[in-house]
Amino acid sequence: MVDVVVSVLLIGGALMSLAAGIGLVRFPDLLSRMHAATKPQVLGLLLFLLALAVDSRSWALVPLLVLCWVFQLLTSPVSAHMVGRAGYRTRHLRRDLLTLDELDDVVAHAAGDPAHPGSRRSPDAPVERDDDAS
Amino acid sequence: MTAVIYVVGGILSVAAVLAVYRAVRGPSILDRVLALDVIVAIIGAALVLNMVVNQHLDNLVLLVAVSLIGFIGSVTVARFVTDRK
Repeated sequence: MVDVVVSVLLIGGALMSLAAGIGLVRFPDLLSRMHAATKPQVLGLLLFLLALAVDSRSWALVPLLVLCWVFQLLTSPVSAHMVGRAGYRTRHLRRDLLTLDELDDVVAHAAGDPAHPGSRRSPDAPVERDDDAS
Repeated sequence: MTAVIYVVGGILSVAAVLAVYRAVRGPSILDRVLALDVIVAIIGAALVLNMVVNQHLDNLVLLVAVSLIGFIGSVTVARFVTDRK
């Protein structure tokens, strides 16, 4: 019984990795590839750690595995945000595939009236293209 | 159980090959960073698989270290991407 649960969890986690691999090869631009690439980082790791916890047959391991997963859960959105922002700033995306670009309005607004001191400017807005991407 | 382990290893290998293909072909450096992130996740999955097969817990520290390296690597590369094409 335990072996069946472990097998299902392991195969599910491996299929997440396979989905990420296929998505990386098949998807057309950076943002859609990012969508595929985050599957094994969070859900795949969760399934694999669950398999390890079920396989060890004890609760003593669970806090360590939760710590491991929470660490991954905290770091992977940050790195995905950095990669996505760098991709937006350097125009590594295909605009014809976007249905909505909410940041475009902010950029146009900030570039439209630079003399207006009270203009709302998002701190995320890529106003100068050649800044140091901080 | 043995057959399951071989199947999981095969699936992970195919996924790693696909990610390596994107890392080699990737038109921009961000695609390569993304593909290498996926490879790091697959390496973590393989470490867990190794722990399940051999019934030990030695790789947990490696798992945390690998995810930390992936995080620092992708953030660092994304920080230094410039607009030149």
